[in-house]
Amino acid sequence: MADEHRSDAPHHTTVPVIDPGLTFASVTDKISSIVLKRKTPLAWFIGFAISFILFQLMLLAITNLVFVGIGLWGVNIPVAWGIDILNFVWWIGIGHAGTLISAILLLLRQRWRTSINRFAEAMTLFAVAQAGMYPIFHLGRPWLAYWLFPYPNTMGVWPQFRSPLMWDVFAVSTYATVSAMFWFVGLIPDFATLRDRAQSKTFQIIYGWFAMGWRGSARHWHRYEMAYLLLAGLATPLVLSVHTIVSFDFAAGIMPGWHATIFPPYFVAGAIYAGFAMVLFLTIPLRKFYGLEGFITMRHVHNMAKVMLATGLIVGYGYVVEAFFGWYSGNRFERYMIWNRMHGPYAIYYWALILCNIITPQFLWIKKVRSNLLLLWLISIVVSIGMWLERFVIVVTSLHRDFLPSSWGMYQPTQWDWAMFVGTLGFFFSLLFLFIRFLPMISIFEMRTILPEAEVEE
Amino acid sequence: MSEDRHINFQLMRDRIIAAQRDSAASEADPVAAAPGKTYWRSLEEWADAPEFRELVQREFPQQAEEWDDPVERRTFLKLMGASLALAGLSGCVYQPPEKIVPYIKQPEEEAAGRALFFATAVTLGGVATPVLARSNEGRPTKIEGNPDHPNNKNSQVGDRGSSATDIFAQASILSLYDPDRSQTPIFRDDARPWTTFIGDMRTALNGADGKSGLRARQGAGLRFLTETITSPTLAAQIKGILAEFPQAKWHQYEPVNHDNARAGALLAFGQPVNTIYDFSKAERILSLDADFLSALPGNLRYARDFAARRRVTEGRKEMSRLYVIETTPTTTGASADHRWSIKPAALEGTVRLLASQLGSLPAVSANDPSAPSHTWVTQVGKDLQEHRGASVVIAGNEAPPVVHALAHAMNEALGNVGKTVFYTDPIEANPVDQTQSLRELVQDIDAGRVELLVILGGNPTYNTPADLKLDQNRLFKINLRVHHGQYKDETAELCHWHIPATHYLEAWSDTRSYDGTASITQPLIEPLYESKSEHELLAVFSDQYDKKAYEIIRDYWRGAQTANETIRVYSRGEQPAGSNRPEAAGKSVPAALAGEPNAQKPGAAAVASPAIQSSPQPSSPPMDFESWWHKCVHDGFVPNTEMPAQTVSLKTDLASQISTTAQAPPPNTLELVFRADPTIYDGRFANNGWLQELPKPLTKVTWDNAALVSRNTAKKLALGSSPAVKGRETYVDTIKITNQGRSLNDVPVFIMPGQPDDVITVHLGYGRTRAGRVGNGHGFNAYELRSADSPWLAMGVQVTKAGAQHELATTQLHFNMEDYDFSHEDRDILRIKTLKEYLEDKPEKHEAHEPGPDETLYNPEEDDYKNQGPNALNYAWGMAIDLNSCIGCNACTIACQSENNIPIVGKQEVTRSREMHWIRVDAYFKGGPENPAGPYFQPVPCMHCENAPCEPVCPVHATVHSAEGLNDMVYNRCVGTKYCSNNCPYKVRRFNFFLYQDWEQPTYQLMRNPEVSVRSRGVMEKCTYCVQRIQSAKIHSEIEGRPVRDGEIVTACQSVCPTEAIVFGNINDPNSKVSKIKAEKRNYGLLAELNTRPRTTYLSALRNPNSEIGE
Repeated sequence: MADEHRSDAPHHTTVPVIDPGLTFASVTDKISSIVLKRKTPLAWFIGFAISFILFQLMLLAITNLVFVGIGLWGVNIPVAWGIDILNFVWWIGIGHAGTLISAILLLLRQRWRTSINRFAEAMTLFAVAQAGMYPIFHLGRPWLAYWLFPYPNTMGVWPQFRSPLMWDVFAVSTYATVSAMFWFVGLIPDFATLRDRAQSKTFQIIYGWFAMGWRGSARHWHRYEMAYLLLAGLATPLVLSVHTIVSFDFAAGIMPGWHATIFPPYFVAGAIYAGFAMVLFLTIPLRKFYGLEGFITMRHVHNMAKVMLATGLIVGYGYVVEAFFGWYSGNRFERYMIWNRMHGPYAIYYWALILCNIITPQFLWIKKVRSNLLLLWLISIVVSIGMWLERFVIVVTSLHRDFLPSSWGMYQPTQWDWAMFVGTLGFFFSLLFLFIRFLPMISIFEMRTILPEAEVEE
Repeated sequence: MSEDRHINFQLMRDRIIAAQRDSAASEADPVAAAPGKTYWRSLEEWADAPEFRELVQREFPQQAEEWDDPVERRTFLKLMGASLALAGLSGCVYQPPEKIVPYIKQPEEEAAGRALFFATAVTLGGVATPVLARSNEGRPTKIEGNPDHPNNKNSQVGDRGSSATDIFAQASILSLYDPDRSQTPIFRDDARPWTTFIGDMRTALNGADGKSGLRARQGAGLRFLTETITSPTLAAQIKGILAEFPQAKWHQYEPVNHDNARAGALLAFGQPVNTIYDFSKAERILSLDADFLSALPGNLRYARDFAARRRVTEGRKEMSRLYVIETTPTTTGASADHRWSIKPAALEGTVRLLASQLGSLPAVSANDPSAPSHTWVTQVGKDLQEHRGASVVIAGNEAPPVVHALAHAMNEALGNVGKTVFYTDPIEANPVDQTQSLRELVQDIDAGRVELLVILGGNPTYNTPADLKLDQNRLFKINLRVHHGQYKDETAELCHWHIPATHYLEAWSDTRSYDGTASITQPLIEPLYESKSEHELLAVFSDQYDKKAYEIIRDYWRGAQTANETIRVYSRGEQPAGSNRPEAAGKSVPAALAGEPNAQKPGAAAVASPAIQSSPQPSSPPMDFESWWHKCVHDGFVPNTEMPAQTVSLKTDLASQISTTAQAPPPNTLELVFRADPTIYDGRFANNGWLQELPKPLTKVTWDNAALVSRNTAKKLALGSSPAVKGRETYVDTIKITNQGRSLNDVPVFIMPGQPDDVITVHLGYGRTRAGRVGNGHGFNAYELRSADSPWLAMGVQVTKAGAQHELATTQLHFNMEDYDFSHEDRDILRIKTLKEYLEDKPEKHEAHEPGPDETLYNPEEDDYKNQGPNALNYAWGMAIDLNSCIGCNACTIACQSENNIPIVGKQEVTRSREMHWIRVDAYFKGGPENPAGPYFQPVPCMHCENAPCEPVCPVHATVHSAEGLNDMVYNRCVGTKYCSNNCPYKVRRFNFFLYQDWEQPTYQLMRNPEVSVRSRGVMEKCTYCVQRIQSAKIHSEIEGRPVRDGEIVTACQSVCPTEAIVFGNINDPNSKVSKIKAEKRNYGLLAELNTRPRTTYLSALRNPNSEIGE
């Protein structure tokens, strides 16, 4: 199966998207056995335990926050949004890769997406879950968060539809819903496979319930294909809209450093950049650990690296244009904002961001780097950090020195800020660990369609 | 059922009557009443009685028939009142049962929900600020200045009078309700009844056997130590005691005193005088280290007149010119047209040079080492001489006596005396050299000649100079020590007896303002605790030891009024009260003698009391005492009691007397300057959170004092040249200061632009250890370095770097309008120009920053908040702030805090930039960091933008625009996204990151303004333009069927502003004052280029420099 020379020597121009030695049966066996047959490895338990402990830290942080107040965080006047909103944007950004891979690449008939879409979609969903918590708990009175929804009420008050935060509510909730449906619909045939192969009654019932009576008839397949395509069509504009709207949170404000027309495309590119970095960061060890080199081949790795390089260049262009407009506007506040980013008290964040997000991905031009899994993995970490720094620069350094020098201030996250962030990481990985343990992390039936066996029929 | 209830009430009534008999019996014999056996214990027993419990548990309507029976009703209400009192108070207050019964007859003017105003006066350092205190349902809630007081009125007709006060008067409300105030008399840490104290004092005076006490020795060993006393009654009481005990002595000491001014007057005239200035006629002012805009007695009046003389609006085109020579930056220096900072040692030489130029002194010889070579001195002298009779030379209280004497001589030479400078008798009842007075007391203590020391106010253990410290070693040599004060402070700790002092809003007294006008201090509330006024305490040493303060005051003034037709003669404290004191007939009249529903209403006082306009002239027949007394209490002052101007002549040998005292400043030494703290004064306000959190006017430091040094001095001491910013906190270097063998370690350093080199300024009042929960443990105690001989200056101090870092909580980190590393061009925030530039109409360099054309897709007519259609009342509220008038005194910040129930957040939260003030006073320097000018002040409330950036970003409509143009904040709707604050270019919004309000403390509940919501955790808040006052005026006008008059609505910040820099009104009315001011050429909108269309606009600051003096 996974031949050593294939993964180590990708000089062949057309590396296959799946190990040609696999068959329908072996694909199904291999993927479903992770869930059904194989003994849960000790490392899984260790990883899950760590994640789960961090998840408990998040619960502690949230409980304390609700009882004591958001003064526990480092936010203040003038920097009223800190790493809470930063993390929201960061998580949402990570969540972008999944839908992009699933929907857009599906519509573009990029067959290589099949090996990674399930996993990327799960990652999307879990990342959006983390992101969704921040807008709620960054409120001064989180128990009133439902006031942001336009529900009919006796007060006769509607939300303010001019507010970008209002648009966020729609954008994020729609995105979360559609992503969840897309993911679930894609899982139905595999649930049926698991139901059929499950060895205990309990799992048969559980998987059977989720399989919704899937029998694999032609009519089922027909309806399934149609539904999946429609959902892909629905999800596609969302990929662009969610981060566009998130960028409006800033672009609609009048703060220097926020009020920029470049924000929507630059945020979307940044999101895809961060998302692919996260997919790579997770896939490389997973593929190794579960021996999935046959499914996620070097072709995938190369493609993802190339997407990162492309989006990284767009993001880099964004930084350059931002600086250029700051100077070219002739507006003293804009000019000072750019100067302050580069020389002010938070300059180190800015230069670290340039290093992480513009310099580092340039190595991806080199094929040898793209072939070196360890290097790629490190680059994906650096890019993830860089994207976090980018949001820090946008949120914090824009706010901390705005128009009136008298109200300039400083911001520093507190241990509760970090507890919440680390806690969401814990929650995210807890969900991921559960996912790889209980669900097929690679789409079984879709993998079968790209086998050479399947091609015969076409 | 009904029968049962009737029986219940019978039982209860019997019980109450029995209890009342008991308490009446114990009152008759107060000594027999053991401590602890109080009324409250029996009330608790009542509360536990089954009858009572049953009564309380029953539903109210079932009791309705009992209301027909007056006896039952009274009982019921009394018990309800008692149970409420049990729930709320700590149980150590004796409250007579009569007071709990609600009104059977509604008191005059009292209507629930309507505030009443009572005239009274705040005394600080012996000088009164006349005020109107607002009372909501019997609770004092806000202080306003008394516009009817002669100090606040101008002579011209129709003058509304100023309602200004200083920060201390505003914050006094918080002190009244401070839960840390001492609540009961204490003897050696045990609570004792007042009667025990009386007994103890009588024993000390008369001896156990009636013979061996102090009285037998004519009071030898009896000492009183007070602060500066201007109260005529108190002085008369003390003098009465001194007459009875001829060997007793009265000492006065206050750390912030006028000794130097007194010594200077003695030097110049041979007699102590009180100097009063008239800045309304002063064209040229020379201040010699005098902070007359914020620290001298009379500063409110001075600031008002000063600002009026410099107001360039509505056609006025002239400004006075202010020269300031100072040794440490002050707000007065910040307002100056020319300001020179010099070393304290050089002050005398400079003044001498000036004096000789004005002909007050023989010319200084060229080789006089003390003569500084300032070229500007000639120009200043010339300018002053060109304005003879219309100039003022004023010396500060901290300046050495010679400077005062020379200032007097210069005023004489300039012909100012009788025109802008007036001399009167001292307003103090007994003006003494306070340091000398303290020294005598210390000598007597050291010699063992003091047996009973009564410390009446003040905190001498804390605030006496280091070499005359009334510390443990000294005080323990005295057999019996009594302390009277509002707090159980450092001094109280070392005294046997501590008697809680009443707040001025709790007790009757009298006092004098800076020109001598006497005021009756009228209480608005019963003492919250078992406090006694100083009058009651002193009465213990007279033969009428249980006399109430009200009777003491009233009898004094009755004596003063009836003994002579005019009050003036007797108002100087010469009347030996107590000699022919008639017994007061009848009970105390209620404090609510009269009140005005709206103190701001012009002419309201005249309506309430027709006699006000015709104050009795000395020649007019005397009124009967009752009406005279009522009028004095109602108006807040005793007419015709100001000190008459006197003619004093300079001593002829003045020049020779002072010619030899000047010394050359020792080269290369550091000088240490002491000043009262700008917000907590001498330390007495340390436990007042409002004042602690109020940013110091020049440094914006809160909760701390620091050593102010210049940038060069900091470099010399190898200290960091700017505050080091680490994360969100500001850390500064610390130093060790040593003066005459005494040293203070870890003193934080603040680099103050404008500070002379080699001069360190420290502020008194910090480093308290027993101030209370708020004031303990902040800052360092500068008294440790102070010496009695030279209280304001220490020469030749040694300073070393301490190496540690200290965290300062400042509300403003950046004092320049641009970051100097980036650009030297100012942001267009605070516009300043010279009068000449303004009059010459030089083209505005700010044109680029004016708002652009209003490009909108909406119909501009509909979108304009100023046009409200034909049927609307057509109000459009707006505010204009004249930066030329603002002196940075911070009174607006505190007034706003008091009016709008704004919490304090504490030092830790201030370091996190979470202070809550709705109006802040920004300070900016102009010019490079090496030698900047200023600071210039800019009060920043909410701008109430017509295109408010905060409004469209709120997702829940919690901040919306009213039809009248107010940017309203709906607290109940706010979920706390904080987006509005992020998008506010002025950063005036404040967020409740925690539950900052103290919802538990019962006294704070009494303090709050009932018309303003108390905000909870997690909501945004900001300036509302005092919307409650707007609504109140609108309701009044609707009742009267007329539109709101111009000037009828006065915001809290506007009302308190001593310089009338803030004007508020309807900008749709072209004749309103605010419209006229906004029509001035100087008017500009802050950050108007953002097209926010702010309703609050500014008038640029003007300076009037002498063109012959170079920069």
